[in-house]
Amino acid sequence: MSGTILVVGETVDGQLTKLSTEVATLARTLAEANGLAVAGLVAAPKGSSAGEDLARFTGGDVGVVSAEGPAALDGAVAERKAEYVFLGATPDGRDAAGRLSAALGIGVLTNAVAVAWEDGGPVVEMSVFGGKLVTRSAFTGKSGIVTVRANAVAAEPAAKPGRVTESTATASDAKVRVVDRIEEAAAAASIEDAAIIVAGGRGVGGAEGFKLVDELAEALGGAVGATRAAVDAGWINYSQQIGQTGKIVKPRLYLALGISGAIQHKVGMQTAETIIAVNRDPDAPIAEYADLVVIGDLFEVIPALIAELKARAG
Amino acid sequence: MLRLVVLTKPVPDPASGAERLRPDGRLDRAASPAVVNGNDEYALEAALKLTEAQGGEVTVLAMAPSNATETLRKALAMGAQRGVLVSDPKLEGADAPTTMRVLAAAIKTLEFDLVLAGVDTSDGGMGVVPAGIAVLAGLPYLSWAASIEPDSAAGTVRIRRPSATGFDVLEAKMPALISGTQALGAPRYPSLKGIMAARSKEVRTLSLADLGLGEAVPAEWTTRLVAAVPPPARAATQVVRGSAAEGAKAIVEMLSSRGLLR
Repeated sequence: MSGTILVVGETVDGQLTKLSTEVATLARTLAEANGLAVAGLVAAPKGSSAGEDLARFTGGDVGVVSAEGPAALDGAVAERKAEYVFLGATPDGRDAAGRLSAALGIGVLTNAVAVAWEDGGPVVEMSVFGGKLVTRSAFTGKSGIVTVRANAVAAEPAAKPGRVTESTATASDAKVRVVDRIEEAAAAASIEDAAIIVAGGRGVGGAEGFKLVDELAEALGGAVGATRAAVDAGWINYSQQIGQTGKIVKPRLYLALGISGAIQHKVGMQTAETIIAVNRDPDAPIAEYADLVVIGDLFEVIPALIAELKARAG
Repeated sequence: MLRLVVLTKPVPDPASGAERLRPDGRLDRAASPAVVNGNDEYALEAALKLTEAQGGEVTVLAMAPSNATETLRKALAMGAQRGVLVSDPKLEGADAPTTMRVLAAAIKTLEFDLVLAGVDTSDGGMGVVPAGIAVLAGLPYLSWAASIEPDSAAGTVRIRRPSATGFDVLEAKMPALISGTQALGAPRYPSLKGIMAARSKEVRTLSLADLGLGEAVPAEWTTRLVAAVPPPARAATQVVRGSAAEGAKAIVEMLSSRGLLR
């Protein structure tokens, strides 16, 4: 063995995220092909079941640290002395990547859409300048931190699950205190994890119109996204915003409803595998890069599409 | 009275659509005009509103080539009191760890209650620098702030951080470092008066030697570019005009042929 890849699993409501299973699959595949060990870590209160889930995908040993907060996670990662640390490219994942790079003094590469192994280390493929360029970068040393985008690989369990061991945190975070957790609405499906995103823009016309977007997302098994204009208008939460000042996503399918697709939005979604747009305006910028553009009124096309999907589902 | 520092990175204007790398793999700064990073402008707006409400001063801080003073003038025109630019030929092509280290050292030369920054920048989009600076400067770190409420009397600051189901309220002692998003509110346009005033505001330039950072970061901490290629070209767009039923049928056919239906 020439080192270890440590996968940091992330949980939402105690459940391991889909992205974490993808990161574990990617790390395991690289480790198996290149003679490395793979291990996992979940730092969360009541993290046992998430730990068991992560071990199904790493195939290697998973540690569960029953604690909350950045210091517990950072301390547990440091103790494990892995050469490489892989995390999901989420808000928490990138915070951890930045802290760990500074604290451990090792390099960091983020938002991987693919990872290869060359000259004894990972080579990370990233999309920069809002998708205009793809870079491949490597670590100068023999260690590093990688954050991985959703849908970079398809999750696949290991032949045999790894062992899970539980421990308590050795470090705690006194610097930042959680004063309150406010529940505003049922959790919207995470757009970062989603394989299918149905997104609405100005053309959706209002919160009422977003019910149609929701309905189509449900019929396709996808999550709901939005443009900045829709978020600014208060039709949907900022957590669902895609684009330059929102989230950057790479789903298998991006269905854009009433979205013109200007550069600020394009940078958030143009690496989607398939882009389908429904728009009244044949000259909308999105028509230049979508795979399919249906010119028409979304309030007519989408009900027809939902009916067709329901008929097929029988 | 609040003493605020805002990190304002000059980035190639994403709206120009002309960002590119030079043959040596470094950013071609001549290819597109520089602007203040979008998410940093939200942080700056929040800082200006806080000092307007509670009294205080805003210093903008950037690490960039020496001609970036022009970009910083825009931040000064919005209302910041002064600028600090860390500029050194040795910093050309600096990656995230170098940026963390330099900005952490620069912050330590300033007196402040809060450092604010955007959660990420529109050029590299890594979003790891604020967290790294906080570690190196020994500051509490509050990320993804949708609102910022300092309590000078108590010496603490609270933020709202969006969660999957709403938001968390986080609290830390000041001084602290906070990264923010668009949810902080739209940045103001500089007024003519602000633009005039910005011309005579102080922009101090610091070199690596001024910060006592002689040697480069250790090799274990850095990364190298292996290759840069254009993204794979997208296939030609299929355009469907006709009835709603025809449009729906075309969508179902594409979904079906690509295995995207349940």
